[in-house]
Amino acid sequence: MASEAHGGGATGYIVHHLTPLSVGEGFWTLHLDTLFISAVLGGIFLLVFKRVADNATAGVPGGMQNFAEMLVEFVDTQVKDAFHGKSALIAPLSLSIFVWIWLMNFMDLIPVDLLPMVGAVLGLEYLRVVPSTDLNATFGMSISVFLLIIFYSIKIKGGIGFAKEMLLNPFGKWMIPFNLLLKVVEEVARPVSLALRLFGNMYAGELIFILIALLPWFIQPILGFPWAVFHILIITLQAFIFMVLTIVYLSLAHEDH
Amino acid sequence: MSINATLIGQMITFALLVWFTMKYVWPPIMQALEERKKKISEGLAAAEKGQHAMDLAEKRATGLLREAKDQAADIVSLAQKRAGELVEDSKQSARVEGERIVTAAKSEIDREIQKAKEGLRQQVATLAVSAAEQILRQEVDRSKHKEIIDNLDKALGEK
Repeated sequence: MASEAHGGGATGYIVHHLTPLSVGEGFWTLHLDTLFISAVLGGIFLLVFKRVADNATAGVPGGMQNFAEMLVEFVDTQVKDAFHGKSALIAPLSLSIFVWIWLMNFMDLIPVDLLPMVGAVLGLEYLRVVPSTDLNATFGMSISVFLLIIFYSIKIKGGIGFAKEMLLNPFGKWMIPFNLLLKVVEEVARPVSLALRLFGNMYAGELIFILIALLPWFIQPILGFPWAVFHILIITLQAFIFMVLTIVYLSLAHEDH
Repeated sequence: MSINATLIGQMITFALLVWFTMKYVWPPIMQALEERKKKISEGLAAAEKGQHAMDLAEKRATGLLREAKDQAADIVSLAQKRAGELVEDSKQSARVEGERIVTAAKSEIDREIQKAKEGLRQQVATLAVSAAEQILRQEVDRSKHKEIIDNLDKALGEK
């Protein structure tokens, strides 16, 4: 995509905004902006929460600690509601997913031209600032979650149990190939839907911001402000949906049928 | 959109993120939350205990106060009774004393009167005797007789 030719005008503007800064060819292309921005956001998340964790006291919490604890308790409640087993991984995983996705989505609310302009000053030809509008970012998470689902399924049910579940449901042993096909589709649909839902929402949201940015300046606030406010809901909702579905999928993987 | 090696990079980042959160972020915060929960529940329990103790103490204080009031009232009434008795007693003794004094004074007066009467009787007797003597000495002179009698009268009148 990086090599796509695009002229000026509205189309050029849009394409420019949606083209990632990349190096490499073919599969080995790396989207540097996605990698860099998501890593920075992850770093911010870890830094803030690590600081809170280091200073965490049972006494009266300060502002930042309060905020972090609120998030932690929120995630913990979600996990406890959906997941009844015991796992040291799921709750921290959910927290990471929620905060990281939220931060990546939040990049959407930064004016669409701001960071690309800064990038241009620094000599970067392209800069796509919202990592969650990159399929690689959303699939990176959902495939990781998918691997965890498979891992826990096998760990909890055992290899044979997992194989039985894959082969014998829902139609019994005479329909093994069909069962397998159904199950594979069911399993694969999860990460795909997780990734595409988040990607689609963010991509569409970003696209609308770009379109608004193409309008005359006196119309931009009228449309941009409501859309931005609405987007605050969207980015939180998408992060929340991703987190809750992850919890649900993992708790399903922990359940024996 | 293209899926490419960025995916692998994102997965690695994600794995690191989750690992770090699991190892260094989640446990201390949860621990702090648990500790706070414990502390709060302990505090609430202590507050309840304190409240209970206060209620008890208040009840006891009220009881003590009532008892003290009763006692004070008893003491006051006793004291009033005693005071009345004392007043009565002293009135009685004062009356008795007064009567005694009056009686003593009366008897004294009686004695004085008796004494005075005695003295008078003696003087009268003496005067009568001396008058009789003079009358006997000068029988002849009537006028002189009369004068003596007058003298006697005078002497009697003086007494």
